[in-house]
Amino acid sequence: MTSEHRPGQERFVAPLEETPLKAVDSVDTSSPPTSMWSDAWRSLRRNPLFLVSAALILFLILVVAFPSLFTDENPRRCLLSENSLGAPRAGHPFGFDQQGCDVFARVVYGARASVTVGILTTLFVVVIGGILGALAGFYGGLLDAILSRVTDVFFAIPLVLAAIVGLQMLKNIRGDSPGFVLSVLPVILALAAFGWPQVMRIMRGAVLTVKNMEYIDAATSIGATRRRNLVRHVVPNALAPVIVVATVSLGIFIVAESTLSYLGLGLPSRVMSWGNDIAQAQNVVGTAPRVLFYPASALALTVLSFILLGDAVRDALDPKARKR
Amino acid sequence: MWWYIGRRVLQMVPVILGATLLIYGMVFLQPGDPVRALFGDKPVSPSVVEQIRADYNLDKPFIVQWLLFLKGALTLDFGVNFSQEQISQVITDAMPVTFRLALMAFAFEAVLGIIFGTISGLRKGKFFDSAMLVVSLLLIAVPIFVLGFVAQFVFGIKLGWVPPTVGGDVSFQRLLLPAMVLGSVSFAYVLRLTRTSVAENLSADHVRTATAKGLKRGQVVTRHVLRNSLIPVVTFLGADFGALMAGALVTEGIFNVPGIGNELYQSIRGGDGASVVAIVTFMVLVYAVASLLVDLLYAALDPRIRYDK
Amino acid sequence: MSEPLLEIVDLQVAFGPKKKPVTAVRGASLTIYPGQTVAIVGESGSGKSTTAHAVIDLLPGNGRVVGGAIRFEGRDITHVKKDEIIALRGSSIGLVPQDPLSNLNPLWKIGFQIREALVANGVASGAEAKARAAELLTEAGLPDAERRANQYPHEFSGGMRQRALIAMGLAARPKLLIADEPTSALDVTVQKQILDHLDGLTDELGVAVMLITHDLGLAAERADHLVVMYQGRVVESGPALDILQRPEHPYTQRLVSKAPSLASQRLSSERARAEVREQAVQTAGEIAAEVAQSSQELGEGRATVIEASNLTRVFALRGSVPWQSIDFKAVDDVSFSLRRGTTTAIVGESGSGKSTVARMVLGLLPPTSGTVTFDGVDVSTLKGKDLLRLRRQMQPIFQNPYGSLDPMYSIYRTIEEPLRTHKVGTSKEREAKIRDLLDKVALPSSVMRRFPNELSGGQRQRVAIARALALDPEVVICDEAVSALDVLVQAQILELLNDLQAELGLSYLFITHDLAVVRQIADDVLVMQDGKVIEQSSVSEVFDDPRESYTRKLLDAIPGGSITLGA
Repeated sequence: MTSEHRPGQERFVAPLEETPLKAVDSVDTSSPPTSMWSDAWRSLRRNPLFLVSAALILFLILVVAFPSLFTDENPRRCLLSENSLGAPRAGHPFGFDQQGCDVFARVVYGARASVTVGILTTLFVVVIGGILGALAGFYGGLLDAILSRVTDVFFAIPLVLAAIVGLQMLKNIRGDSPGFVLSVLPVILALAAFGWPQVMRIMRGAVLTVKNMEYIDAATSIGATRRRNLVRHVVPNALAPVIVVATVSLGIFIVAESTLSYLGLGLPSRVMSWGNDIAQAQNVVGTAPRVLFYPASALALTVLSFILLGDAVRDALDPKARKR
Repeated sequence: MWWYIGRRVLQMVPVILGATLLIYGMVFLQPGDPVRALFGDKPVSPSVVEQIRADYNLDKPFIVQWLLFLKGALTLDFGVNFSQEQISQVITDAMPVTFRLALMAFAFEAVLGIIFGTISGLRKGKFFDSAMLVVSLLLIAVPIFVLGFVAQFVFGIKLGWVPPTVGGDVSFQRLLLPAMVLGSVSFAYVLRLTRTSVAENLSADHVRTATAKGLKRGQVVTRHVLRNSLIPVVTFLGADFGALMAGALVTEGIFNVPGIGNELYQSIRGGDGASVVAIVTFMVLVYAVASLLVDLLYAALDPRIRYDK
Repeated sequence: MSEPLLEIVDLQVAFGPKKKPVTAVRGASLTIYPGQTVAIVGESGSGKSTTAHAVIDLLPGNGRVVGGAIRFEGRDITHVKKDEIIALRGSSIGLVPQDPLSNLNPLWKIGFQIREALVANGVASGAEAKARAAELLTEAGLPDAERRANQYPHEFSGGMRQRALIAMGLAARPKLLIADEPTSALDVTVQKQILDHLDGLTDELGVAVMLITHDLGLAAERADHLVVMYQGRVVESGPALDILQRPEHPYTQRLVSKAPSLASQRLSSERARAEVREQAVQTAGEIAAEVAQSSQELGEGRATVIEASNLTRVFALRGSVPWQSIDFKAVDDVSFSLRRGTTTAIVGESGSGKSTVARMVLGLLPPTSGTVTFDGVDVSTLKGKDLLRLRRQMQPIFQNPYGSLDPMYSIYRTIEEPLRTHKVGTSKEREAKIRDLLDKVALPSSVMRRFPNELSGGQRQRVAIARALALDPEVVICDEAVSALDVLVQAQILELLNDLQAELGLSYLFITHDLAVVRQIADDVLVMQDGKVIEQSSVSEVFDDPRESYTRKLLDAIPGGSITLGA
């Protein structure tokens, strides 16, 4: 070991000024405190995709709530003889459909049905799937075995197929000329009845991970009951992936509704919805493609907004992207 | 490995039992007269009603009805439809067409989805990636029937590249457009999933180690990034057979493909409940078998699964 | 005299966007000669791994060299073409990475992954490569190598995987091997075995080693030349022994005096401990007297606060076929006692059952047989109110500082939770208590509004200690409480635990895999192996006169043991 005198390996001590000694493990008090959610919010605010999709969704909600703000036209005042497939003109920017209804007004008013189906279905799905998933994951054992098998059964039937059969069954509750609620409800129920397994699986997986974290043991050692642990610690920490999936599914359910309506099983034709209008427009694709284009674009844009929002939220909540 | 297969097959049994029970129950347990419901709004003579009651064992308790239905389903005997044809015959006639269509769609989404997804993942943030991201998002956001109309109109009518409908001739060329439409949504999902997975695996520790061994980038990507990235994609593809079945319903309707989806579409339009139940049940069976096969592929891909669990 | 193999001159590495780069290495220089072992020592974030990765152009993400030069065999390789770097990797410069669990591809057989290195560097191919791979595994110390080569990584233990990675790193006989914390994820005895083996192997092959480690003792023991890094800079370098005996930079001095592996060799730590114990036992005695009087508290104020007798825990594992289950005795007939105001340490490697014992003492897991009594009360019989009382009097601190705090709870809410659960005080009183607790664990009260993800590992562990102390417990169970921390932070938390024990008369049950920390905190030791207690005595006896060979092995495995330290 004669390394002492080799060039480049002489004894070297850096001057203290260069790297002043810091206190061991001192607290950085400069930055403002941030919770996980405010952290996520901060990264979301800087994400252009989030800003665009959130703005679109807010706009959409405004359209759904107050359609009359956006058009003076009555979407149901259709003049078949005068306006059938009429070209756009002043006051009717999107022209007229086959029945002679104002396409713009129908796109504006059609938002309500589509968005209602999307939001309510998602709500049901998150509640059912979330609760079942949390219970199965947290309590485990026989309960988990039973709930998981039931979920498998529901998962084994593809969503649209299942909804078709379900809607056949629910046809009767609708009556002959249902109002808005009775028209929308069967579609929501049919989609929700078969849409929850995905959320259940994700929630269960997340709960299984969280439940083995040491802070759960710490809470138990403090004296927290099992139920308190589930509600206060496990569920809040398992929610992030569910929120992401829910946002994306919202778009998927809107698409599913339109497909069902196209098949003649979704919303009754007298309910204004994008799906119904697109289905109607298929006969005139060749002659007046814009009659198809506008409701389809509105639908696509809506779905796109939710998917992008979901993506943005996923990036913001991604633990790998978060500091430390 | 054998335990894994055995367990996987055993798991399928309760799922199929439950799924058929669910479908059967939904159709035959509806409020009101089930036979009337079967026919929807169509007028029907009392003698036919009696005939149907006997055909469907509606005089027996529900569970017995279901068991008899199940027995029929397993022997592919679903009874008769409105036109008094054997439904099983209808299914066997229509199935090969749909099978061909679904296989083409599956090949399209799997091959192109994985290739494009891999390129995107390797060039995350570059132009190709952004373009693919936009395309995939559009494919997901636009309902499949709109895509079908547009494709039919543009390629079939405007450009005249392919005949707009398929009809009786189910050749490869004629099925190409419907298959691509059918596979488009899943193509988008496969692409996105592969992209994320590849990008994630690129920064995995073992990939760095492989690079440090002196492997060329191509070798690192094919051996250590791609294979690992395919695991979630394969899982998705397994579950996706169901979506293809449901999609066939719409696509075959638009392009007039004489497949099982079209039969289902006609049955729904005509309110033929018995056919709907039979075909949906059959699709679920196909789906279950397909996802079983994919799961076995999964086991071949991931050595851990053969021992764990 | 030979030419240097590797010369790093004033290296600067930056991450992040071009406009706002974050410099991770700011001027590091070092030289390695052929066949020589040079260690880079530093804490996490010191830039030691970044420096190593820069050498073979494997910086993660957008990391890049922004200044200085890296010369390998006299040639600057900082800005050469990709192909040339690829040609160097494996054949001239090998890498043994840090974490054996994530560094092998789980989908390929071990043999295949080693063969790859042989084929890529043109060493061997085909059947020859196959045979060579088995030889390499044997050489790395894996018995039955041919069969092993046909297995997948998940069939290997951590130590075996690390051996496979060493075989891989040395496969093409590089001139320089970068060993990045090659053993920090392994059990101490395995760590020593593998390092010894690596030492022998590199000596024999004449391979130069760049050893990256956080442990000064380990570095000094294994390397000829030491480079100490701090905040991205080299603060001191020179001959290993010289630095250890006469550290000059204040940071190095701090490392030498505080690092548990080195501190455990000094008799002074035992004297310091004796003082703490004296004070703690006295305070604890006063508390015991109060407990004996009080009807509110559980227990009788005995001098032996925890008594575990014949604890056994059996887990049923799944067998090779679905209907079979194998009984696995995780804990086998363990008995011990904890005297008030003292610390009993349970030492063992992974799988020894030590954490299972902790969970049974805490009442988180029922024992299969045997009992735990807390101050004369059988823990397993407690229910409802009495169980709550026990929870107040006995609190845990867990290992993982990132997992033991709920990320959704602010620090205030985290420490308040036990007070709330037990309905202690008004919200004002609770706030005062929380401020007091934060003060006790030496955290500024401004952290109250922060969330766990904003704190470092050591700071989180302090919060966990504050939470554990919120209910004024008598016993604290520390389950690997300092294991995941940097050495200096480890030393700091140990000091804190000692101070708190003296001040509050606490009794600790201290679970650890690391004998080095035991001397600073414990009075009695249980050494566990495979679920059984194999040695049980006072700390000084275990250190000075271990009876069991396994205990001796654990002691030998403390890095730096062979070095004579100054003062």
